[in-house]
Amino acid sequence: MSAMNPSFSHRAKPLTLNDSAWVRYTLILISLLTIGLFLILPLATVLIAAFAKGWSTYSSSLAEPDALAAMRLTLLTAAITVPLTTVFGVSAAWAIARFEFKGKNLLITLIDLPFSVSPVIAGLIYVLIFGAQGWLGPWLSDHDIKIIFAVPGIVLATLFVTFPFVARELIPLMQEIGHEEEEAALSLGASGWQTFFKITVPNIKWGLLYGVLLCNARAMGEFGAVSVVSGHIRGLTNTLPLHVEVSYNEYDFVGAFASASLLAGLAVVTLVVKTFLEWKQKQDLKAARQAAAE
Amino acid sequence: MSISLSNISKQFGAFKALDNINLEIPEGELVALLGPSGCGKTTLLRIIAGLEQADQGDVFLKGNKVTDQPVKNRQIGFVFQHYVLFRHMTVFDNIAFGLRVKPRKQRPNETEIRDKVHSLLHLVQLDWLHDRFPDQLSGGQRQRIALARALAVEPSVLLLDEPFGALDASVRKDLRLWLRHLHHELNVTSIFVTHDQEEAMEVSSQIVVLNHGKIEQKGTPSEIYDQPQSDFVSRFIGQTNVFRIEDDDHDWLKSTGIIVDDPQGVVAHVRPHNISVEKTADPGNSPVYLKDWQHLGGTIRLELNRDGHNGSATTIYAEMPNEQFKDLALHKGDRVALRIKHAHWFN
Amino acid sequence: MPQSHIMPGFRPALGFTLFYLALIVLIPLSAMLLKTLQLSLDQFWDILTNRRVLTSFKVSFGAALIAAAVAAVLGSVIAWCLVRYLFPGKKIFDALIDLPFALPTAVAGIVLATIYEPKGWIGKWVMEAIGVQIAYKPLGIVFALIFIGLPFVVRTIEPVLQEFDSAMEEAAASLGANRWQAFINIILPNILPAAITGFALAFARGVGEYGSVIFIAGNMPYVSEIVPLLIITKLEQYDYAGATAIGLIMLILSFVLLLSINGLQWWMRRRNGQL
Repeated sequence: MSAMNPSFSHRAKPLTLNDSAWVRYTLILISLLTIGLFLILPLATVLIAAFAKGWSTYSSSLAEPDALAAMRLTLLTAAITVPLTTVFGVSAAWAIARFEFKGKNLLITLIDLPFSVSPVIAGLIYVLIFGAQGWLGPWLSDHDIKIIFAVPGIVLATLFVTFPFVARELIPLMQEIGHEEEEAALSLGASGWQTFFKITVPNIKWGLLYGVLLCNARAMGEFGAVSVVSGHIRGLTNTLPLHVEVSYNEYDFVGAFASASLLAGLAVVTLVVKTFLEWKQKQDLKAARQAAAE
Repeated sequence: MSISLSNISKQFGAFKALDNINLEIPEGELVALLGPSGCGKTTLLRIIAGLEQADQGDVFLKGNKVTDQPVKNRQIGFVFQHYVLFRHMTVFDNIAFGLRVKPRKQRPNETEIRDKVHSLLHLVQLDWLHDRFPDQLSGGQRQRIALARALAVEPSVLLLDEPFGALDASVRKDLRLWLRHLHHELNVTSIFVTHDQEEAMEVSSQIVVLNHGKIEQKGTPSEIYDQPQSDFVSRFIGQTNVFRIEDDDHDWLKSTGIIVDDPQGVVAHVRPHNISVEKTADPGNSPVYLKDWQHLGGTIRLELNRDGHNGSATTIYAEMPNEQFKDLALHKGDRVALRIKHAHWFN
Repeated sequence: MPQSHIMPGFRPALGFTLFYLALIVLIPLSAMLLKTLQLSLDQFWDILTNRRVLTSFKVSFGAALIAAAVAAVLGSVIAWCLVRYLFPGKKIFDALIDLPFALPTAVAGIVLATIYEPKGWIGKWVMEAIGVQIAYKPLGIVFALIFIGLPFVVRTIEPVLQEFDSAMEEAAASLGANRWQAFINIILPNILPAAITGFALAFARGVGEYGSVIFIAGNMPYVSEIVPLLIITKLEQYDYAGATAIGLIMLILSFVLLLSINGLQWWMRRRNGQL
């Protein structure tokens, strides 16, 4: 990687190989302006708007029963969806990265599909199945089971949008690590599960945590898909992002931004941990490659 | 028989990796599977281990058919080419792994495991490394730890895939002898894969030469070297001079002692040490002169140029002890006469 | 290295993967297909050629296309600076690039609306300076989608630039090329596939984006109404057929985009492998 310090580059490299000073400063200026306008300013705005009327208004709007209910529902949704998506991701990665079979590429494409489907469609498909006019609607209402405009619908929609998160982190990682250590463990008499927990998991742990982290961020922050299936019932089926919307549309800006600040905090924590995990995983892979090269 | 293979075949797509292999290996041998890359030797080793399934044929270990047994039930120790130590475990934990994953009933307690691991570390002479991680070891140390790890489960067969392939030349020399001595001490039936004929000769008690998925020859190192049964084995093991009788100069061949009138085959292979070199009495008539020579330690290798025949020059290699070379007092460019003491004939 | 056949757990792992895939993704998606099949072709055609629907498609596609193009340019510049130059705070800026991935779209939506509305910090300034209103106009949608698309472009180009062998630039210079010629002939051809892939990813995401757009869009039918919002509106009016028909078109589009992005990435890998 050739990172060059603007102030020294004239000596470090001949001019023909380096961009002239005005090119460098113009490009850096464009970058910083873009990052400032689109990334930093929005982040700052959340905090400023949330505390526009002081700390006490901020904290009391978070202590409102509806806000608390939204937080609880968001945590519950994440607590259900993240483990399921993780188990799915691990088993998909095991099947795809460790075995050859027909239709593997199609399977990988299908796993990626929820990424490119509009979140609104993710909600719509469950309404078509479980909604009052859906396929199973009459049967469900006969048996007094509520899925749409209730928590199960929210969980299902979240499962859909978080579907690829863990799998697509693990598949390339496990392919890169290879299966030699697992073979070694099997040759020493370890069972399949022993091999998985004692060898595979320690080797993929940073990548796994990375996938879980991003999955969690999406599960807690999903808006479009959840919005379609939730019905926006205050205190019952509003997740935190939906609570932000409802408050905002009711001109309760402090309330909206107070809830938004929690989600923004979650995003920042996610970014920090993500950067750390990326660093860790890079180190691990580097060590592995060195070991293989020697 | 400790290991016995019957009719093993394996195909990768259109590529025939192994073609009807039959092999018996008696208890306590140290066998080298020798062959060029792509000859199927590693695949055969992995099939014995159960890391690969043969398309057909059976594997017997100690008389028991294990063809359908998974690797964990075969009681083998496998040393991988790149060692494949578990990177997240210390040396101690690596060696203890096989013991700790045993079913609870057979699993030794922690004290027994500690004793066992330390005795193995002692055996491979690396006691002081027990709390290091694999990244902190040299290649030779990793290799010995990998061996200790494989031995911890007291395998009935030890399988080593190119055990010295990834090591520096000097470390390799040491480890070869060490492995041979270790084998004497433990007497575990062992098979190792190598593409290096010198390594196979030096370490093993039996050599199996493989080529294109078939066994070319099986025998002790001296049998393989002194009585090669095929053109391939003769060329692959040690250096060889090849004479095609038909298109060669019969008068000259006769002068070297090769029987031309009633040849035993189409080509004659002659080892360098089976050629004796003499100063010629008639320098004007000899097509062979000394081009160069190299010191190989106890012997000297002579690079002889033979000009003339068909307008092209060919190189013939001969070897003789240092002293003899000194006595001859040859100089570069001197004409010499050759005597061929022994040749292997092939069709 | 051939895949080993001795690894345990193939059947359960693949079995569970397929079962879960069918349950969460495939069966629900085919439910949508079946629902559409209940419509006659005429009905289907009527729904799609309705002027409000057509306009919303135009708005969604137009905004996503412009935003992806802008994001591709800005993102390339940012990736270039992050890889090639050293400047204070670079690590933090680099980490911040992923904010649109991590920030819930609803939060992004209300924040962008607050900043760019006619009375907002930037919106007011732009209004006074050049008389252009950003929020509650189609331009607002473009702004929200630039925000969403930016990380896709940066994160696709960054690794390519990092692996790019600057010896090629040196070779070009040694052959007498000036900096601009080196850029046009050496660097650009090498990062172009990544830039196009990033553009396609940003576009695909932008077309379906909902949360960050609806607060800033103004949602005026025939002007600034996006397709996802129209689907929700139809659902709220219990027009399931309408919602489904529009949804199916969106779904097919996602599929096509996904396949072309896969193709692009394959092309990119092949190129990088060759170079």
